[in-house]
Amino acid sequence: MIEIDAITKQYDGVAVVDDVSMVIEPRTITVVVGTSGSGKTTLLRMINRLVEPSSGAIRLDGEDNRSIAGYELRRRIGYAIQGHGLFPHRTVAQNIATVPSLLGWERRRIDLKVAELLTLFQLEPEIYGPRYPHELSGGQQQRVGVARALAAEPNVLLMDEPFGALDPIIRAKAQEDLLAIQKHFGTTIVLVTHDMNEAFHLAHKIAVMDQGKVVQYGPPAELVQTPATSFVETLIGETERPFRLLSISRAGMAVEPGEAAGEPIREDRTQQDALADLLWSGRTALPVVSVTGMPMGRVTLDALLKRAARPL
Amino acid sequence: MKAWLPTALRAMLLLLLNAFLLFPESFEPLFKSLVQPNAPAIYNQGSLLNLTLLHLKIVFFATLIAAIIAVLLAILVTRPFGSEFLPLSRSLVNIGQTFPPVAVLALAVPAVGFGEKPTLIALFLYGLLPIFENTLTALTNLPRSVVEAARGSGMTGFQRLLQIELPLSLPVIVGGIRLSVVISLSTATIGSTVAAKTLGEVIIAGLQSNNLAFILQGGLIVGALAVLIYDGLSAVEAVLARRAGVR
Repeated sequence: MIEIDAITKQYDGVAVVDDVSMVIEPRTITVVVGTSGSGKTTLLRMINRLVEPSSGAIRLDGEDNRSIAGYELRRRIGYAIQGHGLFPHRTVAQNIATVPSLLGWERRRIDLKVAELLTLFQLEPEIYGPRYPHELSGGQQQRVGVARALAAEPNVLLMDEPFGALDPIIRAKAQEDLLAIQKHFGTTIVLVTHDMNEAFHLAHKIAVMDQGKVVQYGPPAELVQTPATSFVETLIGETERPFRLLSISRAGMAVEPGEAAGEPIREDRTQQDALADLLWSGRTALPVVSVTGMPMGRVTLDALLKRAARPL
Repeated sequence: MKAWLPTALRAMLLLLLNAFLLFPESFEPLFKSLVQPNAPAIYNQGSLLNLTLLHLKIVFFATLIAAIIAVLLAILVTRPFGSEFLPLSRSLVNIGQTFPPVAVLALAVPAVGFGEKPTLIALFLYGLLPIFENTLTALTNLPRSVVEAARGSGMTGFQRLLQIELPLSLPVIVGGIRLSVVISLSTATIGSTVAAKTLGEVIIAGLQSNNLAFILQGGLIVGALAVLIYDGLSAVEAVLARRAGVR
């Protein structure tokens, strides 16, 4: 659990982060969104003390993050950034081993961890371990950057626009990977982005920042249904609202008994995907199957339209 | 141009230089036409090989000391606690460069006497600037995301310097040393005016006895050394750059 308690950061008397308090639940993904200059990156960097706050405190599992030296704190917290920041003179394996080496792990344990992470990120350890970062594609570099951040098995992973430099197709893949990784390790992830689609796709909770303040902090659905300020409304996009609502619920949740013809949809796809399928194929109902392929019922166009409407 | 041609030319130059230093007499017919009858065509007041080695020695030590001091200075002023001294150290090193070498020699002789010492001082002062500037440029222009990642993964300042900043700066630092060496190779000849044993002796002897062959021999050896060392260090630089993943 990360408790952010009345944290403020001022540069030359101007508050970049202004009296922010929020609690981040363990084993969740929290996405901080906002325009550039809203203070979201500064907020993130105060968690691992790359930036020292002017006032306020941050507690990790109840322990003040100033109770140990900054560099020791940072070895316990994963940190992944835009443009990956891999060390160009070190191999992929050496890059991933950075924090474990700093912590003085045994050679064997480090090697095992590196191989495990490379395999997890679909990079063959024998092939990619000895390569240098410039020999990898953009997507592979980004994966190695996240693997490096996770190498010392941190409870908390901070990510600063980690997918900002990737093309849309690789970015979608990287987001899926991140969700899988988060499930696998149960890591608490705090991710900063200005991409609202990314935020809605990944977040358990979204914090919207505007001019140094968190103007709303809650589950994605809450942001759409009851935006706290007009800024939140603008950020979500007025014309996007019904689709955002559908995009955060799974097709399985809209299932009703009955039959439907044609290509089925898996229950773990979003309702937005179901709507797209319906519209594109010109049907009024879709059969829904479970992840294992068992028929579960159907989802109808009417039901989806009701779900996309503004709550009363 | 074929890829092997530059390498072959350098190898030939090295071979020629060695042959001339070991058996200068065999080159006599080449220089004969440059001197008056009865005058010696090949330098005869000492061993050319010996002078070349002494010349290289003084350049080596001057550059070594300059490199150590300049790199340390650049590291110091790029740390948070030393940043106040950045402008001061820059101007100090710049002054070293604007001072003419002859003036340094003239000032150093009364203080340390004739011989190698004043030359060493002049070369050292002259070698500082290129190395300092290059180290400074390298340390302050590292990729932001790499330095940020090093901090974010919990490296201490010292670990960042040794493991990340210096290895990545090394090619550019070697570039500075290369410039410094070449400047020193030519400046060292002036050291012979204050009795340092360098190849300047050959040139000065030629000037005094109006012997064009002597002047040419001193000049050509220094020139060949400069070309070969410059190319050698360029190659080292390229290897380091490749290893640092820069190119």
